[in-house]
Amino acid sequence: MGTTASQLGKDMLSEYQELTFLTKQEILLAHKRFTELLTRDEKDLANTRVPIERILTLPELKSNPFRKRICHVFSTSEYKDGSLTFEDFLDLLSAFSDSATLEIKSHYAFRIFDFDDDGTLDCGDLEKLVNCLTGETDDTRLTPEEMRQLINNILEESDIDKDGTVNLSEFQHVISRSPDFVSSFKIVL
Amino acid sequence: MTRDSLITSENDVDIGLEFEGLDDEVDTFQEEHERERHRGKRRDGERTKKKKRGNGERRKRASRGGQEEEKLQARHEKKGRRKRSRSDQQAKGREGDEAEQPKIKSSKAAKTRKNVKNEKTRKVEKEEKDEKEDEAEDEERNVKRKKKHGSAKKEENVEDGNKHTVKKKKRKKVIETSSEKETSEEEDNEEEDSEEKEVRPETLTPEELETLKEAVDERKKLIQGLRGKPWAMKKKLVTLRESQEFVEKYEGALGKGKGRKLYAYKVMMTKKWMKFKRDFENFKTACIPWEMKIKEIESHFGSSVASYFIFLRWMYGINMILFCLTFGLVMVPEALMGRPYGTIPRKTVPRAEAPSAMDFAVLWDFGGYAQYSVLFYGYYNNQRAIGWLKFRMPLSYFLVGVGTVAYSYMVVIRTMARNANESGVGDDNSFNFSWKMFTSWDYLIGNPETADNKFASITTSFKEAILEEQESRKDDNIHLTRFLRVLANFLVLCCLAGSGYLIYFVVRRSQKFALDGLENHTWWERNEVNMVMSLLGMFCPMLFDVISALENYHPRVALQWQLGRIFALFLGNLYTFIIALMDEINLKREEEKIVKFNITTWEASLYNITASENSTAPPVTIQPADVPRGPCWETMVGQEFVRLIISDTMTTYITLLIGDFLRAVLVRFLNYCWCWDLEAGFPSYSEFDVSGNVLGLIFNQGMIWMGAFYAPCLPALNLLRLHVSMYLQCWAVMCCNVPQERVFKASGSNNFYMAMLLVILFLSTLPAIYTIVTIPPSFDCGPFSGKKRMFDVIQETLESDFPAWFSKVFSYASNPGLVLPFILLMALAIYYLQSTSKSYKEANVELKKKLQTQNEENKKKNKLAALKAQMDLEEARKAASPSAEHQKNNNASTDQEADEEEDRGRSPRMYNSKNGRSPPPPRHDGHLTATRAPAPRNYQHGSQVSAGYLPGFTLENEARMHRVPSLQRHGGSEKTKQHVTQD
Repeated sequence: MGTTASQLGKDMLSEYQELTFLTKQEILLAHKRFTELLTRDEKDLANTRVPIERILTLPELKSNPFRKRICHVFSTSEYKDGSLTFEDFLDLLSAFSDSATLEIKSHYAFRIFDFDDDGTLDCGDLEKLVNCLTGETDDTRLTPEEMRQLINNILEESDIDKDGTVNLSEFQHVISRSPDFVSSFKIVL
Repeated sequence: MTRDSLITSENDVDIGLEFEGLDDEVDTFQEEHERERHRGKRRDGERTKKKKRGNGERRKRASRGGQEEEKLQARHEKKGRRKRSRSDQQAKGREGDEAEQPKIKSSKAAKTRKNVKNEKTRKVEKEEKDEKEDEAEDEERNVKRKKKHGSAKKEENVEDGNKHTVKKKKRKKVIETSSEKETSEEEDNEEEDSEEKEVRPETLTPEELETLKEAVDERKKLIQGLRGKPWAMKKKLVTLRESQEFVEKYEGALGKGKGRKLYAYKVMMTKKWMKFKRDFENFKTACIPWEMKIKEIESHFGSSVASYFIFLRWMYGINMILFCLTFGLVMVPEALMGRPYGTIPRKTVPRAEAPSAMDFAVLWDFGGYAQYSVLFYGYYNNQRAIGWLKFRMPLSYFLVGVGTVAYSYMVVIRTMARNANESGVGDDNSFNFSWKMFTSWDYLIGNPETADNKFASITTSFKEAILEEQESRKDDNIHLTRFLRVLANFLVLCCLAGSGYLIYFVVRRSQKFALDGLENHTWWERNEVNMVMSLLGMFCPMLFDVISALENYHPRVALQWQLGRIFALFLGNLYTFIIALMDEINLKREEEKIVKFNITTWEASLYNITASENSTAPPVTIQPADVPRGPCWETMVGQEFVRLIISDTMTTYITLLIGDFLRAVLVRFLNYCWCWDLEAGFPSYSEFDVSGNVLGLIFNQGMIWMGAFYAPCLPALNLLRLHVSMYLQCWAVMCCNVPQERVFKASGSNNFYMAMLLVILFLSTLPAIYTIVTIPPSFDCGPFSGKKRMFDVIQETLESDFPAWFSKVFSYASNPGLVLPFILLMALAIYYLQSTSKSYKEANVELKKKLQTQNEENKKKNKLAALKAQMDLEEARKAASPSAEHQKNNNASTDQEADEEEDRGRSPRMYNSKNGRSPPPPRHDGHLTATRAPAPRNYQHGSQVSAGYLPGFTLENEARMHRVPSLQRHGGSEKTKQHVTQD
């Protein structure tokens, strides 16, 4: 591949610009931040994977309830451990960047919300999603009754084909109508 | 063994996917699997054959898997394979093994099949995971095969090198497939690489060139759209490189001879141009001011606080333009080319004021030298053309005034339209819950505290939405609430009226003070108006906040009320201020009349004196400072506005420093030695009040628009203010504010603010236009002195600077007979556009409905197909499995069959179950019997003698029958588990 995580070649940089929604400055900044996550001896190695624990120390992800999901979705690791290479990291930032299209944002959002990776959002996914959104503390949790009601309502709205789950196209349909998805589905370094 | 289970599990997944209705093509795929399985079950002896087939299947799948993003290893290997095949080619590898024609054919067939399969790649991603263990091994085999394949093809190429036709056909086919399916692109690419290397451009016919060109264009498009693909970076990189390579290779081939060079040049230039564009984009983003600052805030406080700063920046941009207009077209020309200071009375400080004209207090009030400078209206001369450029100063002044307003209108409306476009049909409420669910998290939040607040607010919003949905919102005492709300509104109205009266009173009093002479009064009395206005603007919102607690509104509604009230307050204050100013203007005009009369007598006496003293003496030169002059109400108005802006700015900054910074410091450091927790308790830290700040900004801008005509320096001042605000507020937010408790989303309210800005713009241009149109300008100051009305300058220009016919046309055009129909026409156009937009909206709704029904129909069709396939399977299974079991246990098998009958009868109902993901039970049964075929057999074998087994078996069946409905809700795995335990 010729990818060196320790320094970005000029043509590498331009390729990354071609392939992501990031500008040159953003890529360089991302690279800087990423190399800060590496340990000393990892810096010399090309294509290092940074384990999920270290990725999650980034302040931008630290308070995000979906941080683990985000890492898992963007990770290309074979072991499904959520570790990211620099390229995965760039993918992440690109999808969350300002100029990324609604399409790609909604695609990744869907995969992030799809907790069991089965390609649809079913009741279990929705429940987990609600729990993520309402936080860990008990006082913000919804009661089971509320949860049931909420999930029913959501399915009623967005499950167009009435199969009990929300699939990608339904999800994108819903998202594309939303006035503030694009402005809030952003992570900036 | 493993393969058996492997296939069935795959099957399972396939079916599960199918029920999700992802694709109907899966049908065929599944059938294939079925057949395979039956074969496997029936002919145990034909293991080898099956193995072969399974291998083929798997190989195909594995090669597909090579594309999959998760598979690093696979990719490496593939890369290696590609490299190998390429190097083989370059060496014109004749050393490759002698592959026979049939083999090639079979591989070709495999390829086409593969292409078909590729469509499904995405859908069956899942199943590849199951195969992971076998993959490495498979991949190796695959590589070998591929290698063979590649070299074989070359062999073929070498063999019939001159017979292009065969190859071309093949290539065309490949190209077509590649254009159809993006996923298969990569693979095809390789093949294309290996095949097309041989093709020399000169031998191509025009159609082939056409196809080639299409392919190249396709690639280019792919490169362009690559960033919008949700692939892993590695895959994107590979695709990019390959596509680029492809494009580079064949772009040259497209042009022939001379054209080729030109073409290459063109390609090169496009490349350079792309690079330049990209660099320019980078440069542009680097040029956006305060981007990093705002992003930092965004990541701490979420998008709503950042939206204020973005608004501020936008405002700054507008003011920059306004400033450029006034500065470049009015102030600079007058300062450079107009008569210098002290040449005429209006450009000189009067004798009486001269001693104190340089005092700081006076300058701070914009009196003295500041008053008699380009900063204010009165300084400008009414000379038609100034300097060597013959710059039409009065005309320019007028046009800039009009242009400022016109530009502001244009920008605001355009931004509003764009925002409305962006939010699109955001007003339809059909996805209320889903939006709350899917889009409520603000991913920018990087601060734990903000995140906690966000969690809380999301929870409340969920709960509220549920409550609203249930419509069980109890109004414990509707009369009390109503009464309280009326009371609150009454109180607010009282507040508004009171503040209005206070301002009016203060302005009138200040006029009295002004008549007495400002020197006799204290600082407070001199600045009363502005201070009172600022203080009201500061404390009334707090009062409103307290009052609104009475009303018990939903927080969002409460916020809207609050905003509306503050808006009304500001507006009322502004308008009272203007009314008071109007009074003052009238007073000044009275004064002006007297002065005018005095001046004529004074001039007459002057001449009389000179005439009587000495008729031959040269006319007495009077210092311009000594000439009596009128009050010049325009400058007065300008001064008032400038003072207002200054005091407003000062109050904002001081509240910022005291209210935010000092409070934060006190809370922070006194917390160590205080009896209660200051940080969590009463004073705590302040929040950043987005709506209040935005309103402040909007009103500030309104004042600018109102006053800019009479004080050209206002945009410059405002620019300064906004600049300082940006830094000061950024700093204050970052260092002493805590995130809001109620985190509001930014974009929803964006257009709300814009609408307010538009209203303010309209309301602030009204008085300005009124004064321009109705009040005659002062006789001895300003660019329009000596004219009856300010806009006469247009007519004057028309008459003297344009040919006669032009003014004639203009006068015709401006007569009511033409203007009225024109207005009518515009109204009609608006009506027409509105009605079309309404009809579009209706069509939209109609289409949505149609889409929905179509979707449902499709779903039904899919389900039917699935059902049919499932029936087939059932039948086949029945034919297969009982045959084995029949010999063992007749009784049991009949029982089981009965059970299956039952299951099948029930199956349609199960399909309609809400949970589509759980695979339908009948299939599970089949699966179960297939995978665990040996176990029950043993069981039966052993217990055949005992009579007690039979009831047990039926009991199990019964249990299953009962359980099935309840199981529908659970996942399939659980079901399987249950069966296992039962067994």
